[in-house]
Amino acid sequence: MATQHSRTAARGMIAPAVFLLLVWMLTPLCLTLYFSILDYRPQSGTFDCCEGLDNYVRFVSSNAFHQSVLTTLIMVGGILVITVGGGILLALLLDQAIWGRDIVRILVIAPFFVMPTVSAVIWKNMLMNPVNGLLAHLWRFFGLEPIDWLSQLPLFSIIVIVAWQWLPFATLILLTAIQSLNSEQVEAAEMDGAGPLDRFRFVILPHLARAITVVILIQTIFLLSVFAEIFVTTGGAFGTRTLTYLVYQRVIDSQNIGLGSAGGILAVVLANIIAFVLMRIVGKNLDA
Amino acid sequence: MARAISTPRKVTLTAVAWIIGLLIFFPILWTILTSFKPEAQAIADPPMFLSFDWTLENYAVVQERSDYLRYLMNSVFLSIGSTVLGLLIAVPAAWSMAFVPARRTKDVLMWMLSTKMMPPVGVLVPIYLIFRDTGLLDSRVGLTVVLMLINLPIIIWMLYTYFREIPGEILEAARMDGAGLKEEILYVLTPMAVPGIASTILLNIILAWNEAFWTLNLTAANAAPLTAFIASYSSPEGLFYAKLSAASIMAIAPILIMGWFSQKQLVRGLTFGAVK
Repeated sequence: MATQHSRTAARGMIAPAVFLLLVWMLTPLCLTLYFSILDYRPQSGTFDCCEGLDNYVRFVSSNAFHQSVLTTLIMVGGILVITVGGGILLALLLDQAIWGRDIVRILVIAPFFVMPTVSAVIWKNMLMNPVNGLLAHLWRFFGLEPIDWLSQLPLFSIIVIVAWQWLPFATLILLTAIQSLNSEQVEAAEMDGAGPLDRFRFVILPHLARAITVVILIQTIFLLSVFAEIFVTTGGAFGTRTLTYLVYQRVIDSQNIGLGSAGGILAVVLANIIAFVLMRIVGKNLDA
Repeated sequence: MARAISTPRKVTLTAVAWIIGLLIFFPILWTILTSFKPEAQAIADPPMFLSFDWTLENYAVVQERSDYLRYLMNSVFLSIGSTVLGLLIAVPAAWSMAFVPARRTKDVLMWMLSTKMMPPVGVLVPIYLIFRDTGLLDSRVGLTVVLMLINLPIIIWMLYTYFREIPGEILEAARMDGAGLKEEILYVLTPMAVPGIASTILLNIILAWNEAFWTLNLTAANAAPLTAFIASYSSPEGLFYAKLSAASIMAIAPILIMGWFSQKQLVRGLTFGAVK
């Protein structure tokens, strides 16, 4: 139906978006690549070209890097377990015909809209503070010694904070997926004598498989870049320095641009591996 | 697929759901309550839930002492600015990909999505240096452009999935009736596209409002939005819980309300149409 004329017009309409995204992606990425082979430390006036892969070797062989990868894995893994597990349970619950379902759903979804710095500040001060925090009050009420969450259990605390923000996301998407399940299928399974657990395992879970995959992948991409929550709560101290935070510190705090850039490139590679898998799933859906 | 269930079961499930819902909402609820307390009662042990001396004082103090309005205006400027700018670029692109698909349309879409996958630290250095050297650091315009660019793929994708649902037959019918391209866009497509565009706007404002990597790293005093303003409360001194709460509630209230209205669109937008 499209004429040659309208095709040309259509190209022209996409051009600005393609051009901007191309510039936005390529310019900084090329510069980061370039910086990553320099010894570039503005504070001491060092700008030496070309160290080859020295920065990469130094970044990868440092203890801080190993620690940060481990921290990142624990953090992302912990949050995924809580949000996906909790999300499935909550979605099943919210799918039931309970009283005030819409209100409960609103309550559950709310944390997702709280900006990261606000949720970090609220948890850090109002809930987790060892003297005046609500959890400290609660611990004292039960005659226990209050916990200084962010210095005694720092990584766990950050996992809790970020999982709180992302649980709504998982719940919302899994709920949407459950609601698209054909109820006749569930009823048929019920008539065939399948108990609730069997129905969940053989009917609901397979139906949710793709939504779960999407949740895991999208969350992973966002979680690898968690920044504000760490920035506000621990500032990367007490073993909460993720790869993202380590690169940030190398670049902004210690102004070692070459080393930080090498770390940045590593982060890009890591994210791209995950992105690749996600894109294939999304791409398949385009054809459907 | 909610099915009828027996009453005792319904009562139990309702109770469980409400308890969990309130627990999850509790940090926000507690912050709302605390924002209406006098400072001394905000940290009282045992905690005071409702029987405190309700006051609006904190909201007034936050504005007086910290110039809250300036940060608020920056947030409004950034989120609305980046959304409008993004729409100007995304609507034509999504429109043409949905209605005049070419052989490579799918590849282009996938590639656009891939730009969203790039972790910000990978490009922090050059963006920071470019901004520093061109005087864009701590400027609202520079940050607006960055926020527009990081959300552009989501806007295009979301619009694309909405536009694709507009049946092509309607366009053909309009053409048969003698509608030109202008009439087609103005009277046929636009009215059908409005709901999709509206929810795209809503989601993009939410994302831009809450963005906290670039806003923290590229601003100082002038262009700092609410994300940065709240971060400055991270370890203050003295009695401040009530004021902190008031500031937090003011920062999240508009988005909380918008978010509740856009639940469904959120799923579509954030999963790039993979879950609807």
